[in-house]
Amino acid sequence: MASLSRTDVEHVAHLARLGLSEAELQVFEGQLNHILDQYAILAELATDHIAPTAQTIELENILRDDVVRPSLLTAAVLANAPAHDGEFIVVPAILDER
Amino acid sequence: MADPTRLHAHEMAALLRAGDLSARALTEAHLDAAERDNRALHAWLTIDRARALEEADAADARIVAARADGAAALARLPALLGIPVALKDLVSVAGGQCTAGSRILEGYRSPYDAHITERLREAGAVILGKTNMDEFAMGSSTEHSAFGPTANPWALDRVPGGSSGGSAVAVAAFHAPLSIGTDTGGSIRQPAALCGVVGMKPTYGRVSRYGIVAFASSLDQIGPFARDVRDAGALLHAIAGRDDRDSTSSPVPVPAALGNLPAGDDEAAATLRGKRFGMPREYFVAGMEPAVEARVREAVAALEAAGATVEDVSLPHTDYGLATYYIVAPAEASANLARYDGVRFGLQRRDGDVLANYLATRGAGFGDEVKRRVMLGTYALSAGYYDAYYLKAQKVRTLIKGDFDALWAQGFDALVAPTSPTVAFPFGARMDDPVAMYLSDACTLPVNMAGLPGVSVPCGLAEGLPVGLQLIGAAWSEAELLGLARGYEAITAGAAWRSLEPADLARAADPSTPAPGARAA
Repeated sequence: MASLSRTDVEHVAHLARLGLSEAELQVFEGQLNHILDQYAILAELATDHIAPTAQTIELENILRDDVVRPSLLTAAVLANAPAHDGEFIVVPAILDER
Repeated sequence: MADPTRLHAHEMAALLRAGDLSARALTEAHLDAAERDNRALHAWLTIDRARALEEADAADARIVAARADGAAALARLPALLGIPVALKDLVSVAGGQCTAGSRILEGYRSPYDAHITERLREAGAVILGKTNMDEFAMGSSTEHSAFGPTANPWALDRVPGGSSGGSAVAVAAFHAPLSIGTDTGGSIRQPAALCGVVGMKPTYGRVSRYGIVAFASSLDQIGPFARDVRDAGALLHAIAGRDDRDSTSSPVPVPAALGNLPAGDDEAAATLRGKRFGMPREYFVAGMEPAVEARVREAVAALEAAGATVEDVSLPHTDYGLATYYIVAPAEASANLARYDGVRFGLQRRDGDVLANYLATRGAGFGDEVKRRVMLGTYALSAGYYDAYYLKAQKVRTLIKGDFDALWAQGFDALVAPTSPTVAFPFGARMDDPVAMYLSDACTLPVNMAGLPGVSVPCGLAEGLPVGLQLIGAAWSEAELLGLARGYEAITAGAAWRSLEPADLARAADPSTPAPGARAA
């Protein structure tokens, strides 16, 4: 199995949207590689013909009747938003005005 | 009367119905103990005295009215009416804080009740407050709480286990007779073992997780802590069952026996006669403390003396459990924790555009262990590595589950094993080595991988610290499993260690004892 370079650690942090300090990147590079080393044991097992298990109870196609139910009140939800304007949550612009 | 906090919930319920104790007095006694000890133990993140007393008064009013209506009305009162309960701080209570032990949820207030909160209200329970935990339930010591660690009442310089450490300590230290935890890889059973209380992880799907902060969705399950097996069964009975709002909650009926385990020791002990236990040899792992192994083998001998048979068995893929778990759980966590983006709720740090805000918010809001697991999970799911890690782990999960299925097919009633390979360890002992911390759950996490119920019951002390005996059953066998646990409790009812209270309770109550954060540092 692979090992993580410093560049890989920075790439994964970016994918995970984690802003990490220089010190954190350094510690995690060592620790993550140590943890990945523990994963190597799995290579001992031949699993080509084994079906994966995503969950352990046999439930399929859980459907409910299409009935109207009350949802959370807008005010209750907005009360937790860091910033809101009327009934809208405020976020920085994600598209340029061009 | 004597201190009511020392009673079991079923004893409290009898006194409440008889009019010999009020829910208000019972609640006040527990609140007083919780507040008094919180500096030294730090089991609680919030204690809501006013709301708890309101709920207690409402319970008293119902009991008084029922008593006026006669015995039939008293008998119809819900099982947990007036009984204090503690909730792990990842259970939503409308209007209350719900931090999951993280700075990223500081200030967040739940807009609604979790399913189990609704069920506890229907059962008449009095919710005292919310307990400390490892951040997002990631940890085995409660040292990963953003709000500081919780101390073990048996030795204040040691951890209570985790992640549900606060809930385990609340019950062990007599702050509540009952509490709620969650168990993803051992987070109920391991702290129950380290604190000397009963803790059960039910079958995956037994309890609805609606309104619970998610960690790893194919593994997480909610369960009870109590000081005896009957109380644990009664609490599980109150919260179990299908809920349309969690599509993984199961329609399998909840047996009434869960809430009605045998009261008499003779009847309870008799259930062990002729039962067939398997003892998986792989659970006696390298690094297991000899005194822990000794207590577990003594418990096994007691089961045999009571008429059960215990056979040496093998779960051959056990050694692959840790690696499998530490791929599956972080992968699912990295997806679940994507919601903490600083936009809709929780902490927000502004640093420019949307991407910069995400990086700043998540960088500032998550602690080290959460970051580590989100990184691991993101990597295991990323392009080019998915097959090598996540898919591989899911296939090994099939093998681990198959090990258990093979034993059930041979007719075993339950498996018996240690819960934790060690007793409670000192603060800081595993904080610099994530792999050492992960090994704390070597005997519990395969049970989550297979979706099975498991319960930890106290089985004695090793050098003054509690040891847990783990019983593992087939899916949906909670009532039978707790029946066996109740049987073990009955045959050891006279053991000297059963009458001992946690050794550091007096120090915990002393206002000059420093906080665990100060000791841990």
